[in-house]
Amino acid sequence: MGFFRKLIGGDDNLPRPSVRKLPRVERYSTGFEQFTKAIREYDGLSVLDLGPTSPANLEYIIGLGHRAVNEDVLSAASSGRYLVPGEEEGTTIVDVSGFLAAELKYPEESFDAVIMWDVCDYLPEPLVKPVVERVRRITKKHGVLLAFFHAREAASPEAETCYCRYHIRNHRLLELEPGKPYPLQRTFQNRHIENLFREYASIKFFLGKENIREVLLLR
Amino acid sequence: MWKSRNDEKPSASPISPQSPAPAVPASTTYQPRTVETPKMESYRADVAHIGKSVIIKGELSGSEDLYLDGEVEGNIDLHDHNLVIGPNGKVRANVAAREVIVHGKVDGNITGVDKVELKKSAVLAGDISTQRIVIEDGAFFKGAIDIRKAEVKTTPVTSFGSSSSSTLLGEDS
Repeated sequence: MGFFRKLIGGDDNLPRPSVRKLPRVERYSTGFEQFTKAIREYDGLSVLDLGPTSPANLEYIIGLGHRAVNEDVLSAASSGRYLVPGEEEGTTIVDVSGFLAAELKYPEESFDAVIMWDVCDYLPEPLVKPVVERVRRITKKHGVLLAFFHAREAASPEAETCYCRYHIRNHRLLELEPGKPYPLQRTFQNRHIENLFREYASIKFFLGKENIREVLLLR
Repeated sequence: MWKSRNDEKPSASPISPQSPAPAVPASTTYQPRTVETPKMESYRADVAHIGKSVIIKGELSGSEDLYLDGEVEGNIDLHDHNLVIGPNGKVRANVAAREVIVHGKVDGNITGVDKVELKKSAVLAGDISTQRIVIEDGAFFKGAIDIRKAEVKTTPVTSFGSSSSSTLLGEDS
């Protein structure tokens, strides 16, 4: 059987281990610690979490006295309802305007803080820049944004780049839970991240475990 | 030759009393088909039921607890009573009640004077305004949560569940 595997395509044809069987892991996050420090200074802020619904995250934000807003952007982008026929027969493309007409529909400068997690690494390519721009517009001036980016290539072992839900444990501790099998779309270089968020006033990089780059931005 | 078999006992069917027809304001238009008695452990005879085949369009109000497993489009206001949206429930309306427990789908804002609870099968697109909120892991929520302070007494937060269970959020957290 191994001979046929190699003939066909090598180890890539072997079934990948189920990432959902991977255990939850905790990791300290300097980026999140700095983010929390920024939002702890005030009461009654409006905080947007762009990850999957996490009771722990909502609890944490509300516990700080803030208004919690949750919108799972990646789930919406991956739902298939924003795919339209492409120019070539049999192809589909992402309806960016349709997506933005239905998702992230908030007035400009609605939020004091936004947690983007690693959404940008998993979004379909046509949505990355429009979503980042929409997030910028709905963030208040001097508002803070936290985003994570994988630093390794997409061909890395799946365990290191599998999509994970982030659960907040405390002001600097996160818990990663393997989530839906979204494919890692890209890995950004630092200069690409800087270019993507060039409209922001300041940007800070923190290198976390598992080669996750944590980026804290100030609008 | 053959030993007669004892008659098999008839399979026990859940004895569920006939639920009275839900009180519906005259202004509400609906098309009742078959109202099925929901099977729930905490069934009480004093709770109004809307079965999964019932579709209501319009204003829905009442002065008793309600278990809603059908479709409602419009507005739901139960004042000081409780609302449970069953797993088959589909609500496209703003909801106001004392306590709201969601198992099904809601597209609208929810105001729970005391508490709002999203079970793991809940799908809610809308804002929540309440004193306390419980969200089970697995629930889908898209919207904002506004915790309102109690007017008379504070409600102590007693426990927070683990990541695999529900989490109680309240004003004292």
